[in-house]
Amino acid sequence: MPTVSMTVNGKSVSADVESRTLLVQFLREHLALTGTHVGCDTSQCGACVVHVNGVSAKSCTMLAIQADGADVATIEGLDDNGTLHPMQEAFRDNHGLQCGFCTPGMVMSALDLVKNNPSPSEQDVREWLEGNICRCTGYHNIVKAIQAGAAAMRG
Amino acid sequence: MYAFNYQRPDSVAAAGSALGGSDDGKFLAGGMTLLPTMKQRLASPSDLIDLSGIGDLVGIDDNGDGVVIRAMTTHAAVASSSLVQAKIPALAALAEGIGDPAVRNRGTIGGSVANNDPAADYPAACLGLGATIVTNQREISADDFFTGLFETALGEDELITAIRFPSATKAAYQKFDNPASRYAIVGVFVAQTAGGARVAVTGASQDGVFRAGEMEQALSGNWSSDAVANIAVPADGLNADIHASAAYRAHLVTTMAKRAVAAAG
Repeated sequence: MPTVSMTVNGKSVSADVESRTLLVQFLREHLALTGTHVGCDTSQCGACVVHVNGVSAKSCTMLAIQADGADVATIEGLDDNGTLHPMQEAFRDNHGLQCGFCTPGMVMSALDLVKNNPSPSEQDVREWLEGNICRCTGYHNIVKAIQAGAAAMRG
Repeated sequence: MYAFNYQRPDSVAAAGSALGGSDDGKFLAGGMTLLPTMKQRLASPSDLIDLSGIGDLVGIDDNGDGVVIRAMTTHAAVASSSLVQAKIPALAALAEGIGDPAVRNRGTIGGSVANNDPAADYPAACLGLGATIVTNQREISADDFFTGLFETALGEDELITAIRFPSATKAAYQKFDNPASRYAIVGVFVAQTAGGARVAVTGASQDGVFRAGEMEQALSGNWSSDAVANIAVPADGLNADIHASAAYRAHLVTTMAKRAVAAAG
């Protein structure tokens, strides 16, 4: 089996995996980072969004071996010793989740948006969330949360 | 997905050799179609030849007349390219409308064009602008490249290395998209080029992207949305599915063509 090595949330990791192992399987089953979820498994719902080399990617539609040598960031890497990241805090403050299944992907997508657009309009947020599906909230509070999180990150 | 051998060559020549030496290999570009297809076990290649290690296949160049987009350039890179935005803004806008942000970060122009999905966006841009598909073996005009449903003129071991898009005097793309996938239910790319008006339609036909000749003739004499308003493509041979009937798609072709001409100015 090929060996894959990558940096996940700042730590170097390495494992022997089958070529067909998906990145999300590698994160969840090999590294026990189960914050990244598998919703649809068809790259539509966005529950599996992580950052690969600084940009959002659907980890259910990427092989672990494609991320060999990459820098991967997941929801587990956001907090600061137990203090929630401002974007996570904004989701809590604005009731931007109900069941929470989509939330890790929503937060990771939101951070990719805010990186290039620190002050997104409601329309910007709604368009950016094309690839993140939530079946609970109706999106309204997610959009509010992302705008509030962006504002908090601007300081 | 079934097991396969994985290879990541660092040159186009090595990629060609790797595929040639494999039992039933496939090139892997962004994987936005191939990996889901493999997960459904609709494809089971013996080898995946990942092209992401070939630096020569990434980038966008100005060639004076237009732009040359190398095959492994992502949709996000095309959408945000100041060069493409300046020279062919309709192409940058089309790239911005593909899938969703995470898909645009991985999906590539070469992968999309080689796959020739009948509802994909890039084939309409290639055909609408009269692009040239450059491979590791030859150059193929878009008119000769797209040969049918998921079919292209590419040979077994042939690899797209770049796509050359000439600038147009005016161009625009309008699509009526599936709200879940953002694939085109119908998409129409119109362009006023040195060789006359061109109209390419994606999403509609069972045979994939096609040119609407009658609309092109009308627009060559009179570039206005009125010129195409009364031209209908026949519903025979158009796709019919849960999203739209063939008759509805035929109607959408005219509507999207009108909107595209209006958007092109």
